[in-house]
Amino acid sequence: MIQQIDYFVIAPALALALAAGLVLLLDAFLPARPRTRTGLGLVTLAGVLLSLGFVVAQAVSGGSPRSTFCVPPNLAEGEQLCSYVTDGFTLAFAGLMLVAAVVIVLLSMTELAGGAIPVGEWYFLLLCTLVGAVTLPASRDLIMLVVALELVSLPVFALTAMKRYDGRASEAAVKLFVVSVVSTAVMLFGVSLLYGISGTVFLSRLAAVFSGQAPAPGVLPPSQELPAVVTVGVVLVVAGFAFKIAAVPFHSWAADVYQGAPVPVAALLSVISKAAGFAGLILILVTGLAGQAATWAPIVAIVAALTMTAGNLLAMRQRSAVRLLAWSSVAQSGYILAPLALAATTARPDPAPAGGAISASIAYLVIYAAMNLGAFTVVMLVSRWSARNELDDYRGLVFRRPAAGIALAFCLICLAGLPPGLAGLFAKVFVFREIVGGGYGWLAVVMAVNTVIGLYYYAIWTARLFAPATTPAPRRATGPWLAMAMGLAVAAAVLFSIAPQLVLDLTTLSPSG
Amino acid sequence: MMAWIPVALLAVPLLGALLLLLAPQLLRPRLRTYGLILSGLTLALSLLLVATFDYGRPADVQFELDQPWIPGLGLRFHLGIDGISLPLITLTALLTFLCFVYLCWGNARGSGQLLTTKPPAEAGAATAAEPITRARPRALVFTLLVLEVGMIGTFLALDLLLFFVFFEIVLIPMYFLIGIWGGEGRRAASIKFILYTLLGSVVMLLGLLLIWAQTGTLDIVALSTSHGAGMSGSIQILAFVAIGIGLAVKTPMWPLHTWLPDAHTEAPTVGSVLLAGVLLKMGTYGFARIAIPVLPEGAVAVAPWLGALAVVGIVYGALACLAQRDLKRMIAYSSVGHMGFVLLGFATLTPVGVNGALFANVAHGLITGLLFFLAGAIKERHHTADMPTLGGGLLATLPRLGALLTFAAIASLGLPGLAGFWGEMLALYGAFQPGAGLPRGLFLTYMVIGGLGAVLTAAYFLVMLSRLTHGRPQPPARTSPSGTNVVGPPPETRDEQPVVPLGAPARTTTTTLEPPPADGTIEDVNQHELLAWTPLVALTLLFGLWPGLLLSLTTPPVQALLGAIS
Repeated sequence: MIQQIDYFVIAPALALALAAGLVLLLDAFLPARPRTRTGLGLVTLAGVLLSLGFVVAQAVSGGSPRSTFCVPPNLAEGEQLCSYVTDGFTLAFAGLMLVAAVVIVLLSMTELAGGAIPVGEWYFLLLCTLVGAVTLPASRDLIMLVVALELVSLPVFALTAMKRYDGRASEAAVKLFVVSVVSTAVMLFGVSLLYGISGTVFLSRLAAVFSGQAPAPGVLPPSQELPAVVTVGVVLVVAGFAFKIAAVPFHSWAADVYQGAPVPVAALLSVISKAAGFAGLILILVTGLAGQAATWAPIVAIVAALTMTAGNLLAMRQRSAVRLLAWSSVAQSGYILAPLALAATTARPDPAPAGGAISASIAYLVIYAAMNLGAFTVVMLVSRWSARNELDDYRGLVFRRPAAGIALAFCLICLAGLPPGLAGLFAKVFVFREIVGGGYGWLAVVMAVNTVIGLYYYAIWTARLFAPATTPAPRRATGPWLAMAMGLAVAAAVLFSIAPQLVLDLTTLSPSG
Repeated sequence: MMAWIPVALLAVPLLGALLLLLAPQLLRPRLRTYGLILSGLTLALSLLLVATFDYGRPADVQFELDQPWIPGLGLRFHLGIDGISLPLITLTALLTFLCFVYLCWGNARGSGQLLTTKPPAEAGAATAAEPITRARPRALVFTLLVLEVGMIGTFLALDLLLFFVFFEIVLIPMYFLIGIWGGEGRRAASIKFILYTLLGSVVMLLGLLLIWAQTGTLDIVALSTSHGAGMSGSIQILAFVAIGIGLAVKTPMWPLHTWLPDAHTEAPTVGSVLLAGVLLKMGTYGFARIAIPVLPEGAVAVAPWLGALAVVGIVYGALACLAQRDLKRMIAYSSVGHMGFVLLGFATLTPVGVNGALFANVAHGLITGLLFFLAGAIKERHHTADMPTLGGGLLATLPRLGALLTFAAIASLGLPGLAGFWGEMLALYGAFQPGAGLPRGLFLTYMVIGGLGAVLTAAYFLVMLSRLTHGRPQPPARTSPSGTNVVGPPPETRDEQPVVPLGAPARTTTTTLEPPPADGTIEDVNQHELLAWTPLVALTLLFGLWPGLLLSLTTPPVQALLGAIS
């Protein structure tokens, strides 16, 4: 029989995939000249923007969620089982990833201008990652989730290693590869256990089975109890995603990999790869395993508390800007993770408690993406004249490059969550509100203390920007692409500061995935 | 109908600051005038507020503005003014303006002028690093204007989260004010200040959100009129403790005061003035605006503890003052004591006590603001604030400065007839007759200890005066600086120092000891200083002689906010 595919639904991913193929062909046939490098970057940018256009078109056309790759109605028993669904959740994540991708492509154009890195491969791999990142939030079955997640991860190893003849980059790539493969193996094992019990890979079916609404095919008829192996499966799946978002205890790879990788890849890891991990985690936990919340909610809460604490404490001791951002992004993961702990509880009398917690997480993620990318653009700028990129290289940046200095100061204050960086402040307020409202008082206190610890290193770094410069300023132009990237990220952060409601409107498109 | 005034109060400094970012070249030559005009405009707006305020109903919120900002959070841009906030707003605008007067009015050669606008050639003559770090006039004006937005906004906000946002806005400018223009240990002091106060405010945020989670509203007016309805006693206690910790750090209450002496000592004069004059008030204002009216049951339960800590603060502050050698540090510790009286007034939960607390609040802003101005002036003239090094005889060498210092110290120790007296007297009187549900015996003890603290306060101020103003003036030659934190060039090399250009702020990052002016005389109070200080002296006298002016304004709202308790 013939599978009907709704091409409009998969258009964003398709556009990116076609652009990836086009870039590879163009790279093979066009002469290797500096102009070609820019051209390929622009093609990539066009592909990302086209994909973003499709996402916007889907959002504007609105209506009920559209789905494709469904089990034909005559085979599904009663309910509709689809692998690929485009709803508010999908669109919010896809939009986030693609806007972040624009910034990262602009950063790449600056990075690749040096000529040391093969251009065609770079953009091809970058677009492949984006295909995975756009597909992942639309996935509604376990196989698709795992495939999409691997599609996000695998090209990143190669991207990390693209700085050839650089020992740190190779080490980072190997480290990332090993960690990622282990996490995939762990997650696949968990997925197989869940499949074994429930007999289905579709998240909606999983939800029915694990909340007791449907019989579990993997359980022998006399006992209606779900066996303990379900817990093992849940824990293993959570562990697999914890690797991706660099949550404790699987966080140790972050700093080395971020530092070894080229700056655009570090930005990619800290925003797109992390967002993908969170999208998958939210889908599996809240859509698929809501019935098992008693198992995973405490784990998520404890992991969130440990992650923010470990990330902040490790960030305090860093001298390298990228390492500091790596640990700070680990800490921020903890903040994003915290509301998920109560995503499935119904303690609050609100009509849609899950929606509130999830939208707090996504809102934090969106704001985090803007401010973190803003910081990375300035780090990219500084990396052009200082290879080591230590905090002391930022002394006096405000006087040498006022725009970049003030942009970085703003982004750091945002990350710390203080006015005038209201975006970061409100992001934290969203999260705090959910945690306090959900009754996780201890988690709120841990997060409060962590906010203060976090401020320490952000403030130290910000103070350096205003300190007198010790070395004379190298005169190198910012470059139009980098300036655009910086402008885009910082404009988003400023916009979110003035009107945080925008983020909430974006993220509450759908109560749940 | 007059709701534009509060918005304008925030918009004028904010837009002024933004304009400074956008058009630096245009404004650089007129920076002093620019700062003066903007802060003057803000002060004029606050005076317009004073003029148009309806004194017939000071308990009601006037000039109200209520616009949704973030519906998803329930956060509304809700501003308004009543009898409690009006004096504080005016005080803020006044002190900020006076700081600008102090900085901008005089000629560029005045001592301690941070706002020197040097021609580039002169700046080039100084070391490369110095003009960038120290004399950054544009950044200083920008910082002060942003600070003013945060301070005024805190007193205007009538939404819990909006209050929190404004409460936080002051942190970053104050951090830079201390960290860039401060003294020797400015880095450590600024970091300590910001981390300490942020910890407090995050805990306060948790308390505010707890209130929100229980009642579903963030509107302070609605919450105050419902007097804690919808919240159980234990929740109220929890929320009061959380909010109280946040406010107490800012106030500061013993034992959460340890950031204050460092911050005050290291901050530049304007920083100390605003820190003592306004920022501390934000903490106590929070008690009057949020903690006590919104959480009456929590207040009753926690009040004995609050009173105990307040009394400890009074005595501790006074004893610490007696032990200080540094003038600025001593005044900083005196703030701990004075804020102890304010907190004791709140802890009594009686109209008399709370009125006294609010009065002491304003009085402390005026008097301690003046004291820090004077201490800054002394430090800039003698390049040290170490009292033994300064020696005595100020009244003989600098008669006007000595007289002003005497006046401010006597006002601060609470001489009847000056503003410092009424607030403390009323706070103690409130403790004599505490609110219903509070143990009277305990509060009587507090009153006695507080009275003892008042005596100690008099003692340390008089000791300070006898050390500084009286006695025989020391010869100007100071051989070896005996101050603990004074690092200067060895005396024998001092003559070989390059002549510092007159326009430049005569300080470097490592030196606080500078050669005295060439002719060896030290200038007495000059014109811009007199301009900046006279209003404070006049208001101290006015409120001292006519306390009813302020009390009539605060009494009705205090009675309203204590409605559930008394």
